[in-house]
Formats: sequence, structure tokens, C-alpha cells
Amino acid sequence: MVKVTLAQMSPVLGDLNKNAEKHFELIEKAIESKSDVIVFPELSLTGYFLRDLVEETSLNIHSHIIKELKEFSKYISIVVGGVYEDEDYLLYNAAFYFEDRELKYIHRKVYLPDYTMFEEGRYFTAGNSFCVFSTRYLKAGILICEDALQVSSIYAMKLQKAEVIFVISNSPTRGLEENKFYSKDFWYTALKYMSLSCNAYTVFVNRVGVEEGVTFWGGSVIFSPMGEIIKECCLFDKEIATTRLDKDEVRRARIVSPFLKDDKASIIAKLIR
Amino acid sequence: MRLNHEYVTKVLTSFIKDEVEKVGLRNVVVGLSGGIDSALSATLATLALGKERVYAYALPYKTSSEESLNDAKLVADFLGVNFDVIEITPFVDPYFEKFADISRVRKGNVMARMRMIVLFDKSAENNALVLGTSNKTELLLGYGTWYGDMASALNPIGDLYKTQVWDLAEYLGIPEKVIKKKPTADLWVGQSDEDELGFSYKDVDKLLYAMIDERRSKQELVRMGFDEGFVKDVYERIRRNQFKRQLPVIAKVSNRTIGKDFRYSRDWGY
Repeated sequence: MVKVTLAQMSPVLGDLNKNAEKHFELIEKAIESKSDVIVFPELSLTGYFLRDLVEETSLNIHSHIIKELKEFSKYISIVVGGVYEDEDYLLYNAAFYFEDRELKYIHRKVYLPDYTMFEEGRYFTAGNSFCVFSTRYLKAGILICEDALQVSSIYAMKLQKAEVIFVISNSPTRGLEENKFYSKDFWYTALKYMSLSCNAYTVFVNRVGVEEGVTFWGGSVIFSPMGEIIKECCLFDKEIATTRLDKDEVRRARIVSPFLKDDKASIIAKLIR
Repeated sequence: MRLNHEYVTKVLTSFIKDEVEKVGLRNVVVGLSGGIDSALSATLATLALGKERVYAYALPYKTSSEESLNDAKLVADFLGVNFDVIEITPFVDPYFEKFADISRVRKGNVMARMRMIVLFDKSAENNALVLGTSNKTELLLGYGTWYGDMASALNPIGDLYKTQVWDLAEYLGIPEKVIKKKPTADLWVGQSDEDELGFSYKDVDKLLYAMIDERRSKQELVRMGFDEGFVKDVYERIRRNQFKRQLPVIAKVSNRTIGKDFRYSRDWGY
């Protein structure tokens, strides 16, 4: 059993120190409540519409915030979002996974949206891989927002047999029509599909708050390996929610619907050769 | 076109609260014309901040209709917000006297800009931001005065078509008299928006929704049953008024020019 805390929070745009403080407070509370993992949204350390603030808010592996998060990870595993500057000074929209006083994994967002209100491609370098890594609890993958809406990422998670997929996001409120909520409908459909096809837990943490007139809708959610919602946060407001994931549920799902058993990667290999 | 009113209200009220407080202020100032747009903006602000934090002003000119003023009072009473009437006649008349042949459109523009001056001054007096009251239909058609009624610090209703403004106003229980009245900028006696524009808001909103939100091509719009001349006319209005929806254009000389390659969000550090 893994106790997971979803930190549906709202960062301050471009103020790394203020945001780090917020993170530390929430992490301390999660440690007190004996949670095993805490998950923050995309760019949780910086805010979203950064534009020219991207380089000012970047972190490299020597940054003091990284060091402090490593220290905290002695007690709890942590997923945070931020701007990562690599050794070649390239800047990525990244997710950091901390565990056992180590920065265990950095995911660099692969699919940078550059349409309608988005302009990530202008400011960030794109990553080029979707890896699954071992954690203390489950085999995990991390996807950042748009990553999770492209089929290649889902397939990469499936091929590597991820047991939990952390999806951290900054999804804006759009299409609030009478009987539908475009961004929420879209996301929940995608997340449910991902859970079902990978027989894995999908842990989606979306931010709230307002930037530049854009309201992020929250609605953080966990889908079980059977595609069922086992935890759902409120819309639009901050919320810290905790729930348990059970490795046995992954096993049960893979026996009930053995999608992994029948997968034929060779078909895809032929297509992209 | 129909909205989820509960969610939209939640989004618009949290937008107002967030955007006002993050810049370190507490209050908003809003001009009440007696019309539905300003009534809706003021209602959303009252829901977001509470009535003590909303300062509403009616800003009539001597030719403005008595009915508009009464409706502005009706809205202020309904909301229970701080309210004052400031007549702009003595501020603008000396200007009009200077230019004997000033047209009524120019007069209307001067009045709109004078109201803007009063509202921004009152915002400084009240530690407030000026709340915008232009809806999406007006913004797209350019049906407003640049740096007049189109000027504000934050606009909660600028992404709502007039049709949606009416619907949301009804959902929020704004007095029916204000919802049902004929839309008018009240710039001269007997003026009506729809007569001046040459089409109804309901008709143009259907077209705008298909054209802007659904990104239908001109051919598709005609196939959908919109008159070709109407489509062309509205498209042309949107194009002609693009400058009004932007900040002043800056001539580039340096390596990093404000707005072009010096790019930060408004909410930087908040």
C-alpha cells in the first residue's frame, strides 16, 4: 500500500522562493500525516505563463531548493514541477522525482504545446524520452500535461509496464458549456483510457488559481488500473487530498483485462522503421 | 453558446478576487450605466468581494436619459454597493463649446473618455482597480470607445457574448427591468445599439460564435445559412477594429523591445 497526497495548489508566478516555502509547508504536513508520496502540479515551483522569466526561475542540480527537497525525501517521496537547466544550459519544463535523499529522476516535457494560448515551444527545449523507473513502491512514469494527450507516451508507459503514471498538469479552464466542460471531459477521458490500456494507476494533479485571466481548473484525480475514479479533488479551489494505492490492484487488473499480455510492439516497430 | 452558469460564475468571481488582491488592492470601481453589461460586472464583483468593496458610480451627461440613471440606482440598490452619482456635464461642456461643429460620435467619445478619467481617479481614491464592462460582442465589433469604455484594469465579461451576458444576468437574479430593456450606449437621445449597428445582438452572436469560437470558414458560414453580405460585413468590422484590442504599437530599434521580445506576463511575481 502506498499513501499518496495530491497537492492541488496555486503557485505565485515567477517567485521561486515563495513557492519553495509553500512546497516545504505542504511536504511537512504530508510527512506528519504519514503519506508516502506527495505530488505537485506542473511548474509548481514557478507558475505557468513564465515567458522571459524562464531562465530566471530555472534550477540546476546544485540549486539549494533541489538540495532541500532531497533532504525532505528522506521522509517522503516527492514529485514537483519546475524549470530544469541542464549542464548545456538548456531549459526544460521538467518534473523532478525525489526519494531516499536522492533526485532519482528528471522527466523533461516532450510535447510542448505551441498553439492557441500556449507558447511553450518558444521558451523550452523539448525532451525526447518517456522512461519508467523503479521507486520504493511501484514502477513509475511521469508525464507533463500535453505529454499525456499523445498516444506515444501512453504506449511508452505500457511497453515499460508502468504501475503508476504521475501526470502533472496546468490545464486551463476552457469550453464551459451548458452540458460539458471541454478541458475536464477531454482530460478525464484521456486519463481513464491511459489507466485502462496500461492497467496502471494514473495520478493526475492539476493546479488551481488564476494567471493572465486564465483559471486553472484543478479537479485532480486518481484512476485505478481498472479505470475507476478512486479519488477526486474539487474544481477551481485548493485542496490537499490523500488516498492509498494498492499494488494488488495492478495485479488484479492485469489478470482481469490482460492487455499487456497481448500487446504486439512489432507492428509499431515495422511502421516506424 | 449556452453556458454552465454555476461554473462560469465560479471562474469569473475567483478571477476578480484573485486579480484584484494579487496586486495588493482590495476594491473595485465600476461605472453603472443602467445597462446589463455594467450590471453584470458589478454583480460578479459583489459576489467576489462583498458589497463593501465595490464602488459604483453613475456618470450621466445632461442629455442622458432619466431612465438610465434610475436603472443604475436600481442595480446599486439591488447589490447594496457603495454608490454615487457624478454628472460629467461640467467637465465636458467646456470642451464641446470650444468646437462648435463637433459631431455626435465625437461627443460620445469624449463623454466615454471623461467617464474613464473619473473612474480611474476614483480607483486611486478607493485603493481599487477599474472593472471593465465590455462584452465579447462589443470587443469583436469594436463597438466602444478606445480608452473610454473599453479601458479597464480587469474585465470579467470580455469573453461572454451579449446573449450569454443576458443569460448569466438572469441566472444571477439581476432585476428583470435591466435585462429586458433595449441595449443603448445612451450617447444621444433615443440611441439604440441595434439600430446603430444595423443588426440584432442575437443574430450577430450566432455568427460570431460560429466564426470565432468554432473557426468556421466564410464558405461554411454561408452554407450554414448566414447571409454572405452579413458575414463579410462582420468580418470586416472585426478586422478594422483589431487596433482597438491592442496596446499601442512600438517601433522596434533595440534588441529587446517591450511586448515583442521583452515578454513577461501581467501577473509576474504575484
